[in-house]
Amino acid sequence: MFDLEKWQEIIATLKQHKLRTGLTAFGVFWGIFMLVLLLGAGRGLENGMTANFGQVTNSVFLWSARPTQIPYAGLPKGRRITLKPADAELIRARMDDKVDIVAGFNRLGGWGNEQYIARGDTSGTFTVRGSHPGMAYLHSLDVTGRFINERDHREKRKIAIIGRGVQQVLFAPWEEPIGKNISIHGINFLVVGTFTSLSTGDNAVNEEEAIFIPNRTLRYAFNQVGWVGNLTIVPKPGYHASDVEEEVKALLRDYHRVHPDDQAVFGSWNMQAFYDRIQSLFTGIQAFSWLVAIGTILAGAIGVGNIMLIVVKERTREIGLRKALGATPMSIVSMIVLEALVITAFSGYLGLVAGVLTLEAASAYLPGAGTFSHPEIDFSTAIIAIVILILSGLLAALLPAAKAAGVDPITALQDE
Amino acid sequence: MIKLDNLHKYYGTGAQRLHVLNGIDLHIREGELVSIMGSSGSGKSTLLNILGLLDQYDEGRYALAGQPMERLSEKQAAQYRNRMIGFVFQSFNLLPFKNALENVSLPLYYQGMSRKARSEQARHYLEQVGLADRMTHMPNELSGGQKQRVAIARALVTQPKVILADEPTGALDSVTTGEVMELLHRIHGEGNTLVIVTHEPEIAAQTQRQITLKDGRIVATPDGIAPSATEEPA
Ligand SMILES: Nc1ncnc2c1ncn2[C@@H]1O[C@H](COP(=O)(O)OP(=O)(O)OP(=O)(O)O)[C@@H](O)[C@H]1O
Ligand SMILES: [Mg+2]
Repeated sequence: MFDLEKWQEIIATLKQHKLRTGLTAFGVFWGIFMLVLLLGAGRGLENGMTANFGQVTNSVFLWSARPTQIPYAGLPKGRRITLKPADAELIRARMDDKVDIVAGFNRLGGWGNEQYIARGDTSGTFTVRGSHPGMAYLHSLDVTGRFINERDHREKRKIAIIGRGVQQVLFAPWEEPIGKNISIHGINFLVVGTFTSLSTGDNAVNEEEAIFIPNRTLRYAFNQVGWVGNLTIVPKPGYHASDVEEEVKALLRDYHRVHPDDQAVFGSWNMQAFYDRIQSLFTGIQAFSWLVAIGTILAGAIGVGNIMLIVVKERTREIGLRKALGATPMSIVSMIVLEALVITAFSGYLGLVAGVLTLEAASAYLPGAGTFSHPEIDFSTAIIAIVILILSGLLAALLPAAKAAGVDPITALQDE
Repeated sequence: MIKLDNLHKYYGTGAQRLHVLNGIDLHIREGELVSIMGSSGSGKSTLLNILGLLDQYDEGRYALAGQPMERLSEKQAAQYRNRMIGFVFQSFNLLPFKNALENVSLPLYYQGMSRKARSEQARHYLEQVGLADRMTHMPNELSGGQKQRVAIARALVTQPKVILADEPTGALDSVTTGEVMELLHRIHGEGNTLVIVTHEPEIAAQTQRQITLKDGRIVATPDGIAPSATEEPA
């Protein structure tokens, strides 16, 4: 059925009717082009918003917030609960099935309190944060050189990974920071890596004005041995951060003998609840995009069907003649359907390419940060769009094709 | 080659029913050149369309080249038309966007023949009708006589059993009419079977046998005397 001869015949006919073919093709082209732009723009918005979340979207943060408000188990109120490395061990032991990572993090000088860092004659103030082997992704870092490893942790080595902002202040542009020493509170640390932040937006600059050192080193070198600043917990796949958050807090209250209703003792926050809300917004936007897009495609396909209908009427005599010369109804049907198909597929493909190129251009010229970034369309979405387009083109061609197959050669060839 | 037994054809239904062919018995032998005459509305075209498998008959029998043409599906009819019948129309019916060669090769396309073989065969028949130098001309670049010769080449290209022509010279002046008739004679001389519908007694006179229709019946005698033809005003 799909032999070369048939295609040559169809291409010849389409070429013959250039204007008609062109107009039909433009309808479909425009439909797909708009669809790609629409979906791409929706995606751009989504990319822009989710980029602010960094790489881990389900982590739970937990810290010691306030003294107890309610006396409990014979203990008075007003006790201050300190989080210790043992609490991390406890959570890891009791909730092994639900949590992936439990880690205590310390900082120098508490939240947001920047520290005086020097290197030779230059100096600046930056945040100094503790971290653990393999956890660069938790902070959304893109590390050059290396991050903290097990040995650093075990041996409490004095190594540092510095952000781009730190590097710009402490090092000249031509200097290689890795292998050099910096001084934190008078203690020398060897720079083993540099990083940029993977999260976009205004945060990124702040994030890059930080120095990461092994958390154990931090605790031992800067007198925080007895406590951890906050606990970060990443649930295993399948467990919602909000549930894990509540369960961990209940566990800690129980362990530290805090009254179950004493909510304010442990402060906590998880990203996922917020992330989920944003996600459902995007699901809505996407559904809407598809609705509009399918409408556009249908309009294009109906356009094709409509024009094919006119074409069949216009070509009644030709079709009648073809039948008289031996064309079977099936060959007439496939001629019309294939013509419609060639137009839709070809112009749909052009629309797709044009749309993708436009998105690429927009992506290249728009600033990367903000609420809109990297509009794009995935391959599978594009394929689905094309398949829908072709199917609707086929569908639209059926009526004209049936009309064409039903042409009576006698009346078609009658001389007026 | 063609055998009709008591063939009837009606148009319409009920009180409106029109008895267009009223018991046609006809036998056309292989290699014959036959003309069909008759006044307007006498059923000539209807008969030719039935012979050409473009139309169905209601009663009787029709056998073409020994095969009964009964209850054909659309597909079967199309295939028989393609292989056994060549049509020549009054208004040529060439596809305006195809050149002479492509027009002639069109029936072969529906036989699934390759483009090369099609062109070769079409070229041969265009040469036969004296248009070797007009192969790539579009129909609007050809005179009426040339168009009809292209159409005749198209009818011949599948080497059909019978060629059916409905007023093939109806749209031509007397000079080109003479040329086309000469061509048809030559084709007949090569052993083809031809049936020509015509209004013009001069054309009919050039055929071996004239059949005259009146009110859906054959009134002519097989020896070529057509009493009704003289009754009708031209
Ligand atoms: N599709 C149709 N529906 C109804 N009546 C028809 C149809 N086709 C033809 N007729 C009628 O059948 C009769 C025979 O028509 P036909 O075309 O065979 O005549 P004809 O002999 O070819 O005439 P002409 O010399 O004018 O071409 C006419 O009365 C015509 O009106
Ligand atoms: Mg007629």
